[in-house]
Amino acid sequence: MFEISAHTRRKRRAELLARGIFLSMTLLMVLPLLLILGFLIWKALPILSLDFILDNPSKGMRAGGIWSPLLGSIYLVFISLVIATPIGVLAAVYLNEYARESWFTRVVNLAVVNLAGVPSIVHALFGLGAFVLFMHIGKSILAASMTLAIMTMPVIIASTKEALASVPISFREACWNVGATRWQTIRHVVLPNSISGILTGVILQVSRAAGETAPIMFTGAVFFKAIEEGNLFAYGLFDQCMTLSMHLFTISTQVPDVPDALPYGTAVVLLGMVLLVNAVAIVLRVYLRSRKKW
Amino acid sequence: MSTPAQHSIETRDLNLWYGDFQALKGISVCIPRGQITGLIGPSGCGKTTLLRCFNRINERYGDVRTTGEIDVLGQNIYAPEVSLIELRKAVGMVFQRPNPLPISVYENVIFGIRVHSERKNLKKSDLDEAVEKALSEVGLWEDLKDRLNVRATSLQLEQQQKLCIARLLPLKPDIILMDEPCSALDVEATLHIEDLMLTLAGRYTIVIVTHNMAQARRVSHECSFMLMGEMVETARTQDLFLTPRDARTADYIEGRYG
Repeated sequence: MFEISAHTRRKRRAELLARGIFLSMTLLMVLPLLLILGFLIWKALPILSLDFILDNPSKGMRAGGIWSPLLGSIYLVFISLVIATPIGVLAAVYLNEYARESWFTRVVNLAVVNLAGVPSIVHALFGLGAFVLFMHIGKSILAASMTLAIMTMPVIIASTKEALASVPISFREACWNVGATRWQTIRHVVLPNSISGILTGVILQVSRAAGETAPIMFTGAVFFKAIEEGNLFAYGLFDQCMTLSMHLFTISTQVPDVPDALPYGTAVVLLGMVLLVNAVAIVLRVYLRSRKKW
Repeated sequence: MSTPAQHSIETRDLNLWYGDFQALKGISVCIPRGQITGLIGPSGCGKTTLLRCFNRINERYGDVRTTGEIDVLGQNIYAPEVSLIELRKAVGMVFQRPNPLPISVYENVIFGIRVHSERKNLKKSDLDEAVEKALSEVGLWEDLKDRLNVRATSLQLEQQQKLCIARLLPLKPDIILMDEPCSALDVEATLHIEDLMLTLAGRYTIVIVTHNMAQARRVSHECSFMLMGEMVETARTQDLFLTPRDARTADYIEGRYG
């Protein structure tokens, strides 16, 4: 009784095979990531030190550290998010909480989706034309940040809308039925319950802003610039700056005889910065999630 | 609103469309003051839609168009000078699934007060008093007086639903609309909510939408039967169930359809 039949045996083999394939694909996905990380760190190990981070590049980029590109990247990421976050989040609140379905919202939503898909080099040209030339800002941190902001804004709008939409409609009903206005509903109920999702979406844009080279190449990044070492306010808004991504590109391809460890060290710091910020996002998310329960 | 109307709510030839779909057809109904009125009828007959007209909350759900008149406490609520905020203060609603906000019990009860007053005019002692009064009125005070700071969403469903009723009371509403308030609750809790409704009647006008005919029979003083967006019959509850005038009502309460 209950003996295994030929058909069942075949089914079981197929089951094992399917599971094996899915598992190996998962491993195949994780493996390169670990390899890249390990390889980078191993190659960069001889050069990684506090001095590497706090020194300007020197000797025609063949020695020294990455202070000025690191600070430049931080400036660009920070300022671009300061510009993009309020606009993006508030626009998303309007679209999700106020706007009724109409031709206008359909056009806006379409624009958001399409803007998110525009290649970064196109953003670069737009930034050059609109901010650097037309608005006479000139190649500067401000122009580059604005270009990055334009690039990240659609994604912030999309992720914020998603976070807002995940707040149950019953919470809004509860508010409306005691006579709360839309703004009171948003302030007391919708925002407190979606803030973790909104913040995560915003913070994830740090990695995009930090990694892009094209949009800043025409709008504010320079080949080389020495700044006061260790001074966090060494750049002004209208200065040009170096950035990590561009620096990495330069020393890997444009400058001869760069010691091997230098580009790898730069890559590790860039990656470390992004991972650090993402880790903060995750911790924040876990913390805010633990405070809300429904 | 000069003379106190004997009817809390009165509609005249009320029609409502969701886009192209007509959900309410020529509804004329009077809802007596201080009593419990049941709205019954099969799914999709428009009873929830009608309920949501009474504080114009329908308009928050998208493409809604209405014609006809609704008077609440003798005031036409489609008159241009009517503020939806004031209207909803006077006409509160309780939902199928209890929907306490994910904040403390205390904050839930005074949420309405917070929404309607300037922050600087709120005194802690007044708020405390309002909380005790509202929770006592719904019979939760003894259970919860030591747990006012727990998160409202962690309460039992029955307590949550009572809390949702209590949340309306500090605003001193005249009318409480209930949209199948017991359908997420078990038998025992349903009974408790029904008892509560009977104690609240008199001070408040209650309109309850229910799928459960036995419930309508137990708690309502008057009952309206709706079908396909039309108001078929309104009568004293025992009359409606014992001697329905309309054949469609008779068939429905006999359970021949619906």
